[in-house]
Amino acid sequence: MDRVDVQQLKSGEVNLGTSIMAVQFKDGVVIGADSRTTTGSYIANRVTDKLTHVHDRIYCCRSGSAADTQAVADIVHYYLQMHAQTTGTPSVHVAASLFQKLCYENKDALSAGIIVAGWDKDGPSVYNIPLGGGLFRQPWAIGGSGSTYVYGYCDATYKDGWGRDETVEFVKNTLALAMSRDGSSGGVIRMCVITEDKVERLFVPGDQLPKFWEGDEVLPTAVAWK
Amino acid sequence: MTSIGTGYDLSASTYSPDGRIFQVEYAAKAVENSGTAIGLRVKGGIVLAVEKLVHSKLLVPAANKRILTVDPHIGLATAGLQADGRHLANRARDEASNYRDQYKTNPPLKAIVDRLGLYVQAYTLYSSVRPFGISTILGAVDKDGPSLYVIEPSGVHYGYHGAAVGKGRQLAKTELEKLKLSDLSMREAVLEAARIIYVVHDDAKEKDFELEISWVGEETNGLHVLVPKDLLDEANAKAKAALETFE
Repeated sequence: MDRVDVQQLKSGEVNLGTSIMAVQFKDGVVIGADSRTTTGSYIANRVTDKLTHVHDRIYCCRSGSAADTQAVADIVHYYLQMHAQTTGTPSVHVAASLFQKLCYENKDALSAGIIVAGWDKDGPSVYNIPLGGGLFRQPWAIGGSGSTYVYGYCDATYKDGWGRDETVEFVKNTLALAMSRDGSSGGVIRMCVITEDKVERLFVPGDQLPKFWEGDEVLPTAVAWK
Repeated sequence: MTSIGTGYDLSASTYSPDGRIFQVEYAAKAVENSGTAIGLRVKGGIVLAVEKLVHSKLLVPAANKRILTVDPHIGLATAGLQADGRHLANRARDEASNYRDQYKTNPPLKAIVDRLGLYVQAYTLYSSVRPFGISTILGAVDKDGPSLYVIEPSGVHYGYHGAAVGKGRQLAKTELEKLKLSDLSMREAVLEAARIIYVVHDDAKEKDFELEISWVGEETNGLHVLVPKDLLDEANAKAKAALETFE
């Protein structure tokens, strides 16, 4: 059977060739994303918001096709409103399961890599739903094209038991590193801190990103002519 | 029309002039002819018990259960037409499995009861069907703790601390009200449930009966199962003894 290559976007399709991540900490989760949306080499939007509300304390980070992930998030948002009316406030697990079901059952048609994160009465949690529609609970998750450059950084840096501020710094630094290496990521950093009490939005402008080693130009040794 | 009465009771889709639906009331009568079923919501879980009237000596004991399992943590007991009870239990199983498919979590009893309520109510709307001839007690321990509901033939459903349906429901409710349900342990509740079934059983009118008891909660690791044989035997013996002092 001919399988559609899910990695392949249609010509002209808007892509979230992205850097996204979510990290849980004691009182909540920090989610973050870059802000670049591209059609090929053209930056269709440089201030995109890839952190999408699906319920009061549940958000998702979207990567892949902008159209597909917006549609999936809209559907899950609708399901969760329904769930809230009939069964009560949905858990993060329920939200993640709905995303997973849509992503798995339509895997041939979709190009969507989604991280679901939030707070419910069992505490904070992060779920990763990569391309084929699997469902994995993780203490932290990264996604999008930029994530490949920073797995090592995350493995080397992440520690259990952080507080809010350390977690925010970790997300900010990881995304800045991913954005600097990945050509399809860039712009600003958007973050959300989701706790029982509130959802707090954080913004880092493109000229205030954390700076790391940016390289020194190594010139060929000058030929001594004296 | 004279030969068949007023004609207002011929279908579930016709109201009488004073706003009643006779077919639904007749369905409730079908429940009243059935052996009593009770449910107790206690500290650590739920206990369900039924008085299964044995209409023939040829029946195999412990066959033809009136307490069924809907999902590992949900139990269902019916009073009324047995076949309707099994049909509704199968519907409940479908609903539970759909919920599980969609949300990948144990279905809360409330969600299942809401859906079954809609299903039962739909059978009061059409002339081509008859309403369910059963009252159903559902019990479960879910993430919010123990819960107990009754669904009537009309489709209405209420949550209870203690529930009784079938022939002996009036007396059973009186007995249930005497208990401090929230203080009982599950084991105590099993013994009380057995005692109540024995008390409400009318040996003058009815022949033999078989006691069926199930539970779900702390004692069962959250699973709905029939009580073990030794506990059932103890419950039977103590209930018989209590009945003698009662009289």
